[in-house]
Amino acid sequence: MTLRFFLYRFALPVRLAAILLLIVASVRAYGQNDVIPDRPNPPRLVNDFVGILQPDERARLEEKLRRYNDSTSTQIVILIVKTTDPYPIGDFSFQVGRKWGVGQQGKDNGLVLTWVPSTRKVFIATGYGLEGAIPDAITKRIVSQIIIPNFKSEQWYAGLDQATDEIIRRANGEYQAEASDGDGGGGGIAFFLVIFIAFIIFIWISRNRGGGGRNNRNRGGGFFPVPFPTSTFSGWGGSSGNWGGGGGSSFGGFGGGNFGGGGAGGDY
Amino acid sequence: MSKGLIIVIVIALIFGFFGCSTYNGIVGKDANVGEKWAQVQTQYQRRADLVPNLVNTVKGAANFEKSTLTAVMEARSKATSVQLNADQLTPENVQRFQQAQDQLSGTLSRLLAVSENYPQLRATQNFSELQAQLEGTENRISVARNDFNAAVKDYNVSVRTFPANIFAGIFGFSPKGFFEASQAAQNAPTVQF
Repeated sequence: MTLRFFLYRFALPVRLAAILLLIVASVRAYGQNDVIPDRPNPPRLVNDFVGILQPDERARLEEKLRRYNDSTSTQIVILIVKTTDPYPIGDFSFQVGRKWGVGQQGKDNGLVLTWVPSTRKVFIATGYGLEGAIPDAITKRIVSQIIIPNFKSEQWYAGLDQATDEIIRRANGEYQAEASDGDGGGGGIAFFLVIFIAFIIFIWISRNRGGGGRNNRNRGGGFFPVPFPTSTFSGWGGSSGNWGGGGGSSFGGFGGGNFGGGGAGGDY
Repeated sequence: MSKGLIIVIVIALIFGFFGCSTYNGIVGKDANVGEKWAQVQTQYQRRADLVPNLVNTVKGAANFEKSTLTAVMEARSKATSVQLNADQLTPENVQRFQQAQDQLSGTLSRLLAVSENYPQLRATQNFSELQAQLEGTENRISVARNDFNAAVKDYNVSVRTFPANIFAGIFGFSPKGFFEASQAAQNAPTVQF
């Protein structure tokens, strides 16, 4: 009886609240656009959604940009997409940069080079932190003097390769990778995961050792004494090598950089 | 008797706690709007600062249309005369601000269109750098405006929705205005060279 009463009494407010929630949710959903591609998993710096680059060209660019990220923490993303509709290519690039978090949080040293082969447009978007080293006039010059001449003669790889070389040259000295937390905010989860895995291995090892009790484990578990950062750091390289699977150095992920509308583009 | 009193006190406490948290939430969103507004103003100011440079460069070109230049300078002084503080962001004020800025956008794109007729001007390094800067500024303006709109939407939703609107009314938080995509504003960022 009381339940029935409760239902009658509150049916209208509950329904109103539900409608309200729905409205809020739909407004939220509307704000989030599906056109902007999701962050690649595993994280990649060269993202060819069109398939215009040869696999080895892509790998070479990726390798170069990864190495640059490792040494300076500056993240340069190459993005090749079919379309940026309904956004202009510039808006699209800023939104991708923000959504993926290209660059390190706080430094905002990310850069997104977007290329739409179907509409023959190129845009270089610079994060807040790179606007000083690579002002708009320079991005404009890189696009019009390096990329466009190459793209006009269909030298796709050469255009991207030389453009990234020039970007790297300009940005050099602006940022240094930090040894302590070079992997930025995005690495936080991975870091705890590593600790967690190390912990499980640690338990597993000590279990296997004749199923020893608590005392036994304390004495014997010398390999991973305590999951402190210093001891797990060596484990980080090993396990990330397992995950990466894709050659040489692995890319730790995007750092959460921000974009404010810097950069310039052009068409060929 | 005492039971009723306890219920009243409990209700008052819940009401008080809820009011506090709502108030704090709205204050945070209000501050966020103010911050985003500062960005918008900075970027518009940046554009206003570029204009005299651009006009002087263009003036150097042989017999450039005088009327276009004066229109730009007039629109600039009008745009810079409309300044809004973060606590004056009523829908009417924001609309007034936007109108003034859109007028400047319009005259600027007219100036760039007219400059098409002056190849020797367009060839100069100075002019092309100014163009790139102007383009970049328009991009930054649109990013700042989008951020501002998102912040205002967030704020307005919480000020208008029940039950927060009761507390918003008590504490004097009113909905704020945001930028609408007008014809002139849509034309401005797609300045193509």
